[in-house]
Amino acid sequence: MSEKISKASRHVSQNEGLLFEISSPGKRAFDLPPLDVPPTQPREALGANYRSNGIAGFPEVSEIEVLRHFTRLSTWNYAIDLGMYPLGSCTMKYNPRVNEFVARLDGIATEHPLQPSALSQGCLKILRLLEQCLLEITGMDAITLQPAAGAQGELTGLLLIRAYLERQGNPRKKVLIPDSAHGTNPATAVIAGYAVENIRSDPRGQVDVDKLRELVTDEVAALMITNPSTLGIFEERISDIAGILHAKGALLYMDGANMNALAGRARPGDFGVDVMHLNLHKTFSTPHGGGGPGAGPVAMKKSLEPFRPVPVLVEKDGRELALETDRPHSIGRVKAFSGSFGVLVRALAYILAYGPGISQATEDAVLNANYIRKNLERAFKLPYTLPSMHEVVFSDAIQKENDVNTMDIAKRLIDYGFHPYTTAFPLIVPGALMIEPTESESKQECDLFIEAMRSIAEEAATNPDLLKHAPHTTRIGRLDEVAAARKPVLRWK
Amino acid sequence: MRYLPKSPAERDEMLQAIGARSIDDLFSSIPEPFRLREPLRLPGPYSEAEVVRYFKDRAKENSVGYTRFLGAGVYDHLRSVVTDTILQRGEFLTSYTPYQAEISQGTLQAIFEFQTLVCQLTGQEVANASMWDGSTATTEAVLMAERLTRRRRVLVARSLHPEYRDVLKTYTKNVDIEVEEIPFGSDGAVDPQALQSALGEDVGAVVVQSPNFLGVIEDVPSIAETAHLSQAMLVVAVTEGVSLGVVRPPVEADIVALEGQSFGLPPSYGGPFVGVIATHEKFVRQMPGRLAGQAVDSQGRRGFVLTLAAREQHIRRERATSNICTNQALCALAVTVHLSLLGKEGLREMAEQNLAKAHFALRELVKIPGVQRAFAEPFFNEFTIALPCPVERVNRQLLDEKIVGPFSLDSFYPDLPDHALVCVTETTTRAEIEKLASALRVALAVGCETA
Repeated sequence: MSEKISKASRHVSQNEGLLFEISSPGKRAFDLPPLDVPPTQPREALGANYRSNGIAGFPEVSEIEVLRHFTRLSTWNYAIDLGMYPLGSCTMKYNPRVNEFVARLDGIATEHPLQPSALSQGCLKILRLLEQCLLEITGMDAITLQPAAGAQGELTGLLLIRAYLERQGNPRKKVLIPDSAHGTNPATAVIAGYAVENIRSDPRGQVDVDKLRELVTDEVAALMITNPSTLGIFEERISDIAGILHAKGALLYMDGANMNALAGRARPGDFGVDVMHLNLHKTFSTPHGGGGPGAGPVAMKKSLEPFRPVPVLVEKDGRELALETDRPHSIGRVKAFSGSFGVLVRALAYILAYGPGISQATEDAVLNANYIRKNLERAFKLPYTLPSMHEVVFSDAIQKENDVNTMDIAKRLIDYGFHPYTTAFPLIVPGALMIEPTESESKQECDLFIEAMRSIAEEAATNPDLLKHAPHTTRIGRLDEVAAARKPVLRWK
Repeated sequence: MRYLPKSPAERDEMLQAIGARSIDDLFSSIPEPFRLREPLRLPGPYSEAEVVRYFKDRAKENSVGYTRFLGAGVYDHLRSVVTDTILQRGEFLTSYTPYQAEISQGTLQAIFEFQTLVCQLTGQEVANASMWDGSTATTEAVLMAERLTRRRRVLVARSLHPEYRDVLKTYTKNVDIEVEEIPFGSDGAVDPQALQSALGEDVGAVVVQSPNFLGVIEDVPSIAETAHLSQAMLVVAVTEGVSLGVVRPPVEADIVALEGQSFGLPPSYGGPFVGVIATHEKFVRQMPGRLAGQAVDSQGRRGFVLTLAAREQHIRRERATSNICTNQALCALAVTVHLSLLGKEGLREMAEQNLAKAHFALRELVKIPGVQRAFAEPFFNEFTIALPCPVERVNRQLLDEKIVGPFSLDSFYPDLPDHALVCVTETTTRAEIEKLASALRVALAVGCETA
């Protein structure tokens, strides 16, 4: 192994089979308090519905085995708690532990969504304060905390637009989406009943405003834009874009995935956005947890407010808070109960810790991205050179000359002790390396990353084979994904 | 700020390296009129102690100290401290979606185990890595059935959770799918005649919940037979997973949409929970959401990867099976750890305790003059009772005894006035059940007279 790897060393990790492979009849890891009422015979009570044979194959293990099993598995993961996670567009920042603590308090974690609102004022005040904070940060007029994730936020936003336009007499047919957009945008538009029309970016990576002017007709309901874009670049002509849409009665939707570049420095409500979602699991630090849960609140201008999904948080008699479901113009309900409350609690705890100082986090995130850009721009090709905000996108064009692609570089980065950056996205950059350090990385960690990337760039020129078979230090090598998809094995038997 | 790892000198050093005079230079691409001049008006900054105090103060304004008899899709069950211990390991808590398999084997193997456990519970062949909750899982199951059958009409039992029905309506409104409701009979179960006559060759899916929202266990085999005679797919929603420890799984269903909250997740005022879709192997390519599958590396070592991604939005964009991206991975991990702890015997025992306590509660409550069991069909841990006066009025009096009474059904079912849905789990003690019975007896004596 190269001596240039300064961040990581190898150490032994424990082997562990599947839970089902360590199971043995008669073991158990959980005891219930004794039953304090007369037993009911299941066969009598349930008749033909009785599951008389129990659950075939269900695990039978002891407590220490369960603890060790999952602890061993955990050591096979990379995590923010171990180091930088430079995934572009994912905003993998520090997840403060106090947020976990408060979300688990008695009186917070224990509350039932259908209990009387008089006994839920604490929960409702938390929701109210979070709404107020997010409105201040986005500069919008109204908000819903209901959506379960960014993609559901997008759907909620488009349904709001649809309801608003329908009320004007015509819901229209199309949603415009730039070719640099997240895949969720077009997938969402279809569920909202819209046809998707892609807009190509101009050579500088910005929305082509002249092209947009041609495309916006009275068939167009909205443009879904990500700002800063997935290239990490602010749309300079954002207010012209909003103007073109508004002149034709269409609305501007903003995917707030990159809000970490703006919080405390600029507000979408000020630059013409009509409706947007936030990813609380990105900008507002709620843990990714290996893929979720997230939350995708949707903030909007006043004109869309009547259509918010139910339940809507309201103040009754000027004092007591309540969740209202009787809203005649509402788009309806997007998930059961009242939002992913536990996620919302964590996001509020994060905001309270920063207060107005949240702008410092934004500044540090942008500082880190630009520092990395400056230090890597000679080693890697920078296809779009406009100023970067919270992330920077390189391409593998230089390394391609040695037949090394972005995936090879990413896999080699694992040997250096880092999680890879985002590969092959955005689609407008062939062989993209999309790097978002976030504010959570120290100068030292950024320097280690730069050192690793430069070293890999050198290896790509001198020893490309080393990269093509990377990673070399993990428990397993690259897995045969093609074979896995051809004959899928999706469960243990 | 304690979360930010830079000194002022380091910031200056980095700015210098970039060649920027000040941090404002890095924001110069934001057009001048849109640059914020003033600090945001936000509360804080709070120290850790102040953050904790704020939330402890809010917690006191909630229902601490009350005994609840509420279920209706969210259940109180015992949880082991081991579950939270595992969930709070940073390697699980702070990791991303496992796209980079070589350094995500922990998450991937846990998902594979989750998928297996869900298959064993539901009697289905494959399960996905999770959906947002039971309501969106049910909705996605319907959309999946529509793709598979290419039929545009859906028959939904009125006894499906009303909020699940609402979500289904929100999602289907703009994609040319017609939702029609099937009533329940006097026994609280899906009315077989009504189902039979609503079926037709344009019906793609029949959706029922079992145990249903009124607590009644549906006759899934015969509903399946009826649906299948018209080549419609049967979607069965399960909101109370613990029932599967003692109730026969819906093996006749084509798709099962399960809410996993009962397995290790606290009520948390409505979320985050975890939905999951389980189905037959032959339908897997129309399934929404992520899937973990087994694979081997070049040396033949077993590992796990996210697979069949060609169904998903990041590959297929507007032709994806769903727009879901972020799911409920950590909640699915909670379910996996919790079910590993419970195991075969623990889950059976927990389910039998629910059954016994709910039946005991019913026997105690119907002793009270004026209280009647509403439906005769078998139930698990929830049952409907009819009271002689409005439930809301009775519940207000129960609050004085520190009891959050049963769920009042009349807001969702105006045809069931004065009906209440009682939930009793293994966490409810005999003493609490007896206290409810005596408080209800008093409340009915007083409350109905003042009517």
